[in-house]
Amino acid sequence: MTFAEIKNLLVEKFGSEVIVKEIIEGLQPQLQIKTELIAKVCKELLENPSTYFDFLSCITGVDNGPQAATMQVVYNLYSIPYNHHIALKVEFARNKEGEPLPTVPSVTSVWKTADWHERETYDFFGIVFEGHPDLRRILLPADWQGYPLRKDYKEQDYYHGIKVEY
Amino acid sequence: MGLLDNKFEHGGIVIAKVDDLLNWARLSSLWPMGFGIACCAIEMMSTYASGYDLDRFGVFPRPSPRQSDVIIIAGTVTFKMADRIKRLYEQMPEPRYVISMGSCSNCGGPYWQHGYHVVKGVDRVIPVDVYVPGCPPRPEALIGGFLKLQEKIRNESLVEPKAIDKFMNQKLLA
Repeated sequence: MTFAEIKNLLVEKFGSEVIVKEIIEGLQPQLQIKTELIAKVCKELLENPSTYFDFLSCITGVDNGPQAATMQVVYNLYSIPYNHHIALKVEFARNKEGEPLPTVPSVTSVWKTADWHERETYDFFGIVFEGHPDLRRILLPADWQGYPLRKDYKEQDYYHGIKVEY
Repeated sequence: MGLLDNKFEHGGIVIAKVDDLLNWARLSSLWPMGFGIACCAIEMMSTYASGYDLDRFGVFPRPSPRQSDVIIIAGTVTFKMADRIKRLYEQMPEPRYVISMGSCSNCGGPYWQHGYHVVKGVDRVIPVDVYVPGCPPRPEALIGGFLKLQEKIRNESLVEPKAIDKFMNQKLLA
């Protein structure tokens, strides 16, 4: 299935507001999906026999920085039987200091492999995935402070009594 | 050093001989802990293997910290790992030695500036006896590190250092 066909399929099923933006420049065309609908869209793309995206290749977090004040999550999907790809993206407001972390619906109910991907994104970007069965840090120690891949991340002075700076 | 460390008066030919005997025994069978963290560990493994054969120096990896004399920190030490390394070091019986292998464990290596998660030198966690430079060091360099450590052990003594004696007397007088 081509990019345009997949797009039409989603518009038909969820209405035209589901697709916020089409990003066609770059190596891989992307669809920016309405954040609240991402889990439903993913479920449809998996269960629809004409798309059958059975493999979630990757989930990536993106921080656009405090100036732009937005964050993104990118989903790379692949269908093994059809050998076609698609990239989905959601964009949402970045939390200011003292505000609660941004939330995105979890896709763990669609693909089991999303579990660790989402934990990693939470670990490094501080994005909360709503409906995730076990959202805790995966690579950094449980008592780590802050989210290191955020643009405004400041490393700690000491961790467990060890100086962090060189 | 062990329980007898710094417990004998200086002088006396017998002690000098015990020194030699103990040092010879210690430096001839340095058993490292079977422990590697990153790519340096690959180089360390090849140093153990038949090509470079560390066994000819009496160096043979042990599966437990309680049977080990030396720990080779072969790789990048993350903050998450630092606590574990400290625990392992504390589980080793004395006398115990530390070889820091490669740039990462010497000083943070390529992660010195942006490695928020990397300890900038394992000597911030445990005391290091020998630093082996390289990224990663060749097996020859690691063998060189062991020879350096042997040299260090060869010059150890059960005799209390005189300087401490002097210092203690001064303290008593004051």
